[in-house]
Amino acid sequence: MIEALGPHAGFILAAYGVSAAIVAGLLVWIVLDGVSLRRQMRDLEVRGIRRRSARKAAANAADVAS
Amino acid sequence: MALLDLANPTRFMSLTDRLLPWLWGAALLVLGVGLYLAFFVAPADYQQGETVKIMFIHVPAAWLAMFGYGMMAASALGTLIWRHPLADVAAKATAPVGAAFTLMALVTGSLWGKPMWGTWWEWDARMTSVLILFLMYLGLIALWNAIEDPIKGGRVGAVLILVGSVNLPIIKFSVDWWNTLHQPASVFRMGGSTIDASMLYPLLICAIGATLLFLALSVMAMRNEILRRRIRALRLVAAATTVGAQA
Repeated sequence: MIEALGPHAGFILAAYGVSAAIVAGLLVWIVLDGVSLRRQMRDLEVRGIRRRSARKAAANAADVAS
Repeated sequence: MALLDLANPTRFMSLTDRLLPWLWGAALLVLGVGLYLAFFVAPADYQQGETVKIMFIHVPAAWLAMFGYGMMAASALGTLIWRHPLADVAAKATAPVGAAFTLMALVTGSLWGKPMWGTWWEWDARMTSVLILFLMYLGLIALWNAIEDPIKGGRVGAVLILVGSVNLPIIKFSVDWWNTLHQPASVFRMGGSTIDASMLYPLLICAIGATLLFLALSVMAMRNEILRRRIRALRLVAAATTVGAQA
């Protein structure tokens, strides 16, 4: 396979390798950022600090349950 | 559903929650087909040989580097004219994705240039203007991080984005206006593409796949940014409530 890429195979593979690494690095950063943000949001909700819409939804759910 | 209805953070979160898996699936499928065609179907170039394979990643990355900034410029108009919070979120979230694709274009271009032109880098108009684009992305990210208030930071950033958008036509037409190592436009040009269909179709499929990937990453980053602003707002409310209770 590598021989089929000719005398400049190293350049071709490096181009695709670096591109894959850049996209993978970006994806990992975005995913980890999202995980951290969701954890922070959950911590706030546990402390009873919620958005108005979340408070309404929780109140409605409590009404339905009772 | 009207398009304007989507420009609501809560609706956007709900819609993209359902849309993202499909967007990722489409991106991986189209990019996979494009790369298969590029490596196993498209012929070697009569002058460049197999090195032309770098084109299938370099050209989409370069297009998306400009597309990303174009998206940010459109979002900047949304921020300044309509003061829409989602426009600001879109601009801020697109910047790191655009910067990554610009870096990809610069690195793959350098790796293509060395065997073909005999140099890793030349300070010609096309390469220099793309490097400026990369630095503008980094400058905007630094600016947003330096200003704590996202609304204020968004407006300052929007002005800077619009000022910097003058670089887009310079990048596009640099190969026509100045004598550069790059060949003139060969895909989107008056009179049609000069690339043979056996290479053009794999290139276009790779470009569509890379665009879907760009959009998937941008949407994920936008969802994070919306969440970040909600957390900030909740913390401000919590802090104000605590201060009020103590008083």
